Amino acid sequence: MALLSMTVNGKPVSLEVEPDEFLADVLRDRLGLIGTKIGCREGECGACTVLVDGDAILSCIHPALKAEGRSVLTIEGLTREGKLDVVQQAFVDAAAAQCGYCTPGFVMVVKALLDRNPHPTVAEIEEALAGNLCRCTGYYQIKEAVQLAVERLAAGGGP
Amino acid sequence: MWRDYLFARSVDEALELLARHEGQARLIAGGTDLVLQCQRGECSAQVLVDVTQIPGMERIEERDGSIILGAGVTHALAASSALLRLKAPLLSEACRVIGGPQVRNLGTLAGNLVAALPAADASLALIALDGEAEIVSPDGRRWVPLSDFHTGVGLCRLDPTREVMTTLRFSAFGSDYRAAQERLARRKVHALPIMNVAALAAVREGRFADVRIVVAPVAPTPLRLRRCEELLEGREATSEAIREAADLAVSLVHPRDSLLRGSGEYRQALAGVMVRRALERVAGIAPSDRAVA
Ligand SMILES: Cc1cc2nc3c(=O)[nH]c(=O)nc-3n(C[C@H](O)[C@H](O)[C@H](O)COP(=O)(O)OP(=O)(O)OC[C@H]3O[C@@H](n4cnc5c(N)ncnc54)[C@H](O)[C@@H]3O)c2cc1C
Ligand code: FES
Ligand code: FES
Repeated sequence: MALLSMTVNGKPVSLEVEPDEFLADVLRDRLGLIGTKIGCREGECGACTVLVDGDAILSCIHPALKAEGRSVLTIEGLTREGKLDVVQQAFVDAAAAQCGYCTPGFVMVVKALLDRNPHPTVAEIEEALAGNLCRCTGYYQIKEAVQLAVERLAAGGGP
Repeated sequence: MWRDYLFARSVDEALELLARHEGQARLIAGGTDLVLQCQRGECSAQVLVDVTQIPGMERIEERDGSIILGAGVTHALAASSALLRLKAPLLSEACRVIGGPQVRNLGTLAGNLVAALPAADASLALIALDGEAEIVSPDGRRWVPLSDFHTGVGLCRLDPTREVMTTLRFSAFGSDYRAAQERLARRKVHALPIMNVAALAAVREGRFADVRIVVAPVAPTPLRLRRCEELLEGREATSEAIREAADLAVSLVHPRDSLLRGSGEYRQALAGVMVRRALERVAGIAPSDRAVA
């Protein structure tokens, strides 16, 4: 076992992990943050995306110990005092989820995109979504959700 | 899988940790290749030594006409670097099409080179750029030309259980240099290429100089088409010259039949088409056919 200290959704966390555990499993099984989904476990689908120091990463292939000293943001960390983040609300309003399994991963890559680039072009949006698969929506509503979030941010932030 | 995960804070410490475990330890950078190998049971390392905290591993700078990169530069850093976009656009463009953003945020140039996948995007660009890698081992430091770095699928002239790649260097693009990557995959993004071509040349007074063409996967390692390069050297940059080079390219490549990538015959023809398109872009002349999307 090894000691892992990191910040998760703004709170400092220290726990013992196996050296070959992945961040996705630590978040889900040890910390109960089951909003992060596991689709493929091989880097292909993006369902397990979380942010580490603001960068989107695939937590299913990310050795947990790599997060030592870093700040991890999961889908649970987006909601503030019961209020959805602008990206989450846009996904709801654009009906961008069907089964919803891919949704946390998509929301997190969009969050990472808009935090750095609040006015992305269509090409930049597509580039940001390229590492995430959705088997239900056909992606159109997801892209509409991103556009909606962009518009709302430009109009002053809130949904 | 592995029973210990350690961080090296310096190159010396990385070497020492590797040496202490006598072949049982292996370097890890982004892990986007190695972790999958371990999951498939193809890597028996007991200890992983993480090199991403070593200072200088992510530097990007220009010195005396050379671009100097830390071997741990991520694809995301390479793709967004203003210096590389100006002085090595072939590399920054190649890094921009690797995986999705999540993979680019962690995957590194050294990892791309050492994983030695035959069509790896950053590797192709670095080979076309005549890049060299500095490798540090317990016996000392050496610079290895990347065109001579790969020895087979997954194999290279570096042993990641005892050696560390620290630095990459190549000449900065002169203002008369142009480059192009042509990449065909089953989908445009987030898929390994069926065929990948990187081409680069100076065009001076309408003539090709310093031509470099790399094609993959047509052999166990990325293939420099030296004879095509020689054919074009000093020639007028016309469609005729390019066609000749593309025909020669077809006779030089012998891709295998692949269930994933298509028949050898198909990909041999494809290599010719893609070499031609890349050279047409380098020469700045209109494509002689319409690009397929
Ligand atoms: C979903 C997905 C999509 C991908 N798409 C592409 C793609 O489109 N194009 C492409 O080219 N690749 C692609 N890859 C492969 C991979 O991301 C790249 O090859 C990446 O550059 C590997 O870098 P890394 O830092 O993650 O390497 P790691 O996995 O950390 O290491 C790879 C190898 O390099 C060695 N190594 C790492 N750093 C050093 C060092 N400093 N010195 C010596 N040895 C070292 C390791 O021991 C290991 O053998 C993809 C991977 C995934 C998971
Ligand atoms: S579960 Fe991580 S990419 Fe699919
Ligand atoms: S909503 Fe079902 S996979 Fe995307």
